[in-house]
Amino acid sequence: MSEAGGSVTAVSVIEARELTKTYGDFTAVDAISFDVAPGESFGLLGPNGAGKSTTMRMIGGTSLRTAGTLSVLGLDPERHGPEVRASLGVVPQADALDEELRARDNLYVYGRYFGLPRAYLKAKVPELLEFAQLTDKSDAKVTALSGGMKRRLTIARGLINEPRILLLDEPTTGLDPQARHILWDRLFRLKEQGVTLVLTTHFMDEAEQLCDRLVVVDHGRIVAEGSPRGLIQEHTTREVVEVRFGSARNAEMQAELAALVADGQRSRAGLEVLPDRILLYTDDGEAMLEEINRRALNPLTQLVRRTSLEDVFLRLTGRSLID
Amino acid sequence: MDAPSTGPTDVMAATKERLRRRPGWIANLYAGNARAVIARGFRVIRSANWGVVATGFFEPVFYLLAMGVGMGALVGSVPGPDGQPVSYAMYIAPALLATSAMNGAVYDSVNNVFFKMRYSKLYEGMLQTSLGPMDVAIGEIFMALFRGFLYAVGFLGVLTVMGLVTSWWALAMIPVAVLIALGFASVGMAVTSYMKSFQQLDLVPMVLLPMFLFSATLYPITVYPEPVQWFVMAMPLWHGVELMRQLSVGYVTAASAGHALYFVVISVIGITAVTLRLRKLFLR
Ligand SMILES: Nc1ncnc2c1ncn2[C@@H]1O[C@H](COP(=O)(O)OP(=O)(O)O)[C@@H](O)[C@H]1O
Ligand SMILES: [Mg+2]
Repeated sequence: MSEAGGSVTAVSVIEARELTKTYGDFTAVDAISFDVAPGESFGLLGPNGAGKSTTMRMIGGTSLRTAGTLSVLGLDPERHGPEVRASLGVVPQADALDEELRARDNLYVYGRYFGLPRAYLKAKVPELLEFAQLTDKSDAKVTALSGGMKRRLTIARGLINEPRILLLDEPTTGLDPQARHILWDRLFRLKEQGVTLVLTTHFMDEAEQLCDRLVVVDHGRIVAEGSPRGLIQEHTTREVVEVRFGSARNAEMQAELAALVADGQRSRAGLEVLPDRILLYTDDGEAMLEEINRRALNPLTQLVRRTSLEDVFLRLTGRSLID
Repeated sequence: MDAPSTGPTDVMAATKERLRRRPGWIANLYAGNARAVIARGFRVIRSANWGVVATGFFEPVFYLLAMGVGMGALVGSVPGPDGQPVSYAMYIAPALLATSAMNGAVYDSVNNVFFKMRYSKLYEGMLQTSLGPMDVAIGEIFMALFRGFLYAVGFLGVLTVMGLVTSWWALAMIPVAVLIALGFASVGMAVTSYMKSFQQLDLVPMVLLPMFLFSATLYPITVYPEPVQWFVMAMPLWHGVELMRQLSVGYVTAASAGHALYFVVISVIGITAVTLRLRKLFLR
């Protein structure tokens, strides 16, 4: 079970083998396999349409798989949906809050769906509202909440049954930076308490912040797997030089720059040509910049930065994560 | 404030134990907790939207006033189910009750279910919990029946005040309205599982409206040539109308039982179909 990387020590809480989902003749999830260890924070990183949400729905047993096997806490979610979900907290991409109920009642009624006793919920609901910083909004209609508030309410709702595994589908998409940081903070605290987090995102900074381990998904397939740091080391160089020549000259500079990275560099060096800029992967960015200037290539702008998961995706697929 | 506790005691232990004991074939469909969905429905009714509830009540009342009292002045009396003449208002009132049970049930099980699935994502939220699709379906059908029950009680109250019921049998019109609603709601929900777009919802009135107009609601079935009569008699609403009409004057015969049986059969078929289509309906 714990082949690659050997990072999976305890018994996996989620085990997916050749998991596949097709809609008609379109394959949304294409034979993916992965394991999630207890207490781990595991990410699915990929662009829109990669199949992340579909995978999450199959884990929760709300979407039926086409092929493959899936085990969540030792059970097949397709055959034991209610029992599997008893241990899951689900934060779907679309909040799916109950707009006919107030914020507080959303939590209470949701708890009743889990069969939780009234007395437990009377104490738990205010606790979760405070966790989500929504205490003063507890009587508000859901429709009157901001996007960030709805997202926090959805996360609070997902915690009502004190889940062992929290599934978060794009937890911060659409939130402003401040709201994102509040959310990340809340998720860290849950992780500290031993909750297993499974999250999808198309933000590389989010994946870097929150995930111990992640798979990079593209077109329904896993194209890479590892820790954020490990993936960066494995698939990119230490640094990247970004140069812009303006749209007219961008393409014609390609050949000349390709020679630069090919020169005595390691195999992971290389370049990516994007519509507005060219990225040069190298372990020594400053030296590369000097070389560019020595050859008088005259880019309009230039900058050296550390490589990130965004670069991993770019190197693996030739495309940017967010278009 | 600390993160909410996820302590060593498993708050879900009781639920998990209950779910573990469920037989395998139903384990994914039904968690035995439809009452939580029903409780949610009552909470919504309590907190809001009496306006929406009220329109369903007024519709048959307006028809009764316009057609029964207004047109009735021109028509005079017509032969009732037992052959005795009754006022025109008295003739159509039971038919209006049957029709409103049908309309309300179909609206709840088709339009509302489709909207909650596609637009408000209500069911998506519900199904992220320990509920199964059958809990949701039972809960929603129950709420549709409860609404039908409220309308029937209200309408019967209006009929009584207007002096349009003449028998204690009329009280049976309330459970019969619920039975009619069950038949239409279960079949409606099964049909909804095949719906793909909002445009398809427009087809629903094209079935319901002719059924209302031609099911011997506003005039006796004998105006039609015989082949047309057979066709009308195959339609569910006609059975509802006939049964209601018989109950309103207390003329209960073997035929009344036959009409009730028709709806029992429709309901069994509808519930079976919904059960078979639950996965298609909720787990796409
Ligand atoms: N119910 C559905 N019917 C048809 N196609 C779907 C359905 N749900 C998702 N898809 C398609 O499957 C692909 C993967 O979708 P999704 O899992 O939502 O991707 P992601 O969450 O990574 O953005 C997309 O191309 C999407 O259009
Ligand atoms: Mg998605």
